[in-house]
Amino acid sequence: MNDTIHFFSGFRPADMVFLAEAAWRTLLVYGVSIFLGTVIGTICGWLLFEGRLLAAATLSPVLDIFRSVPLIIQLVLFYNFAPIVGLNLDPFASGVVILTVYTAALVANVARGGIEAVGRPMRRAARSLGMSYWQDLRYVVLPIGGRAVFPAWVGVALGVMKDSALVSVLGYVELLKASQILITRTQEPFLILSLAGAFYFALSYPISRYAAKLQQRWAQ
Amino acid sequence: MIEIRDLHKKFGALHVLKGIDLEVQKGEVLSVIGASGSGKSTLLYCINGLEPIHQGRVVVDGTDVHAKGTDVNKLRQKLGMVFQQWNSFPHLTVLENVALAPRIVRGLSMAEARDVAAKQLGHVGLGDKLNSYPNALSGGQQQRLAIARALAMEPDYMLFDEATSALDPELVGEVLDTMRLLAEEGMTMICVTHEMGFARDVSDRVAFFHQGTMEEIGPPAQIFGDAQSEHTRRFLANVR
Repeated sequence: MNDTIHFFSGFRPADMVFLAEAAWRTLLVYGVSIFLGTVIGTICGWLLFEGRLLAAATLSPVLDIFRSVPLIIQLVLFYNFAPIVGLNLDPFASGVVILTVYTAALVANVARGGIEAVGRPMRRAARSLGMSYWQDLRYVVLPIGGRAVFPAWVGVALGVMKDSALVSVLGYVELLKASQILITRTQEPFLILSLAGAFYFALSYPISRYAAKLQQRWAQ
Repeated sequence: MIEIRDLHKKFGALHVLKGIDLEVQKGEVLSVIGASGSGKSTLLYCINGLEPIHQGRVVVDGTDVHAKGTDVNKLRQKLGMVFQQWNSFPHLTVLENVALAPRIVRGLSMAEARDVAAKQLGHVGLGDKLNSYPNALSGGQQQRLAIARALAMEPDYMLFDEATSALDPELVGEVLDTMRLLAEEGMTMICVTHEMGFARDVSDRVAFFHQGTMEEIGPPAQIFGDAQSEHTRRFLANVR
């Protein structure tokens, strides 16, 4: 009697491809979310700065909720309750929506800090040259304030990269979900998690290196 | 001509300017002196519309600065301003600092704006610093950069708000020399200053401000030699 059913099998080269595809999906959900979240967060930060009382009374509490409630809860709630209001989104779209809002909530305060960092005298100097409000914002506040808060933004970006693993709870097969699938099949958690960690590192490291280089260049 | 009539300005309950009447003719150099908090700097901010006013009028070459519908951005191109802090744009080179506004506000091409900038930087003695960044310049050089930046808009008037107050004593001279040069070239200037030597030697008229009012105005010889107001005499006795 040699008929044995094998539930488990070892790690195969094809699994590397599976992990790489999952890493690409992580990059996709992360890239879209960080881009949209940064744009929306910057607008929110500007509103917080300019809107003052009105923004503080309306926008601030909303952003506080998204910043404070654990991301995994936001993801599960949104994914399960969105269909009730007629939003039938797949796991990727749901992940992007929540990660974008979460990123925007974090970036809003960073952006407000950046605008505040420029200071009134600098802005008055720009306006005294005949620049309009928007020219001052585009050519003076954005580059100067942006550089001031760039390290904080990089921190947010790297944090969201790791947080994007939570999208796996929706069934989106990104890096963490792919690792779980492979661990179940191969029973080699140490190897698989090490590989997944290496992929996360490979995605994050270029960002932090490039950011460090940019800061070095600006400091000169 | 700059014409100011019954100008009032308040910051909350603080009445900073209490009915200022003043005319500054083309080509004139007016120095404004007085103790801190007397409203001198606020006067400049009201002239170029950086601060709204509560009453009165400020008219520059026939245009009411604070009237509804006035294109204040366009008007400010006529009114160059140099502040106590130089406020150089740290992310731009010296040349780019000066070329930015001519390019985006006056609509010059990049090459034209850079030509204008290089010319003005040469004018204030920074022709050898075009590609430096502001943080490599001394305070005096940065203030001259601020002057060149304002001049690049080819203004008809220059407003100086204590342009030397934030400088180390040994750097004051180079900025005052630049201001003297502009005065000799016929630029219309309103200079809020604590430099009494400059006010006496360079100005056509000197105005003394005291607690939001223009207490006295006249030629330097009158203000420094035969002041009519007790406040003026006391102020000058203290600063000498």
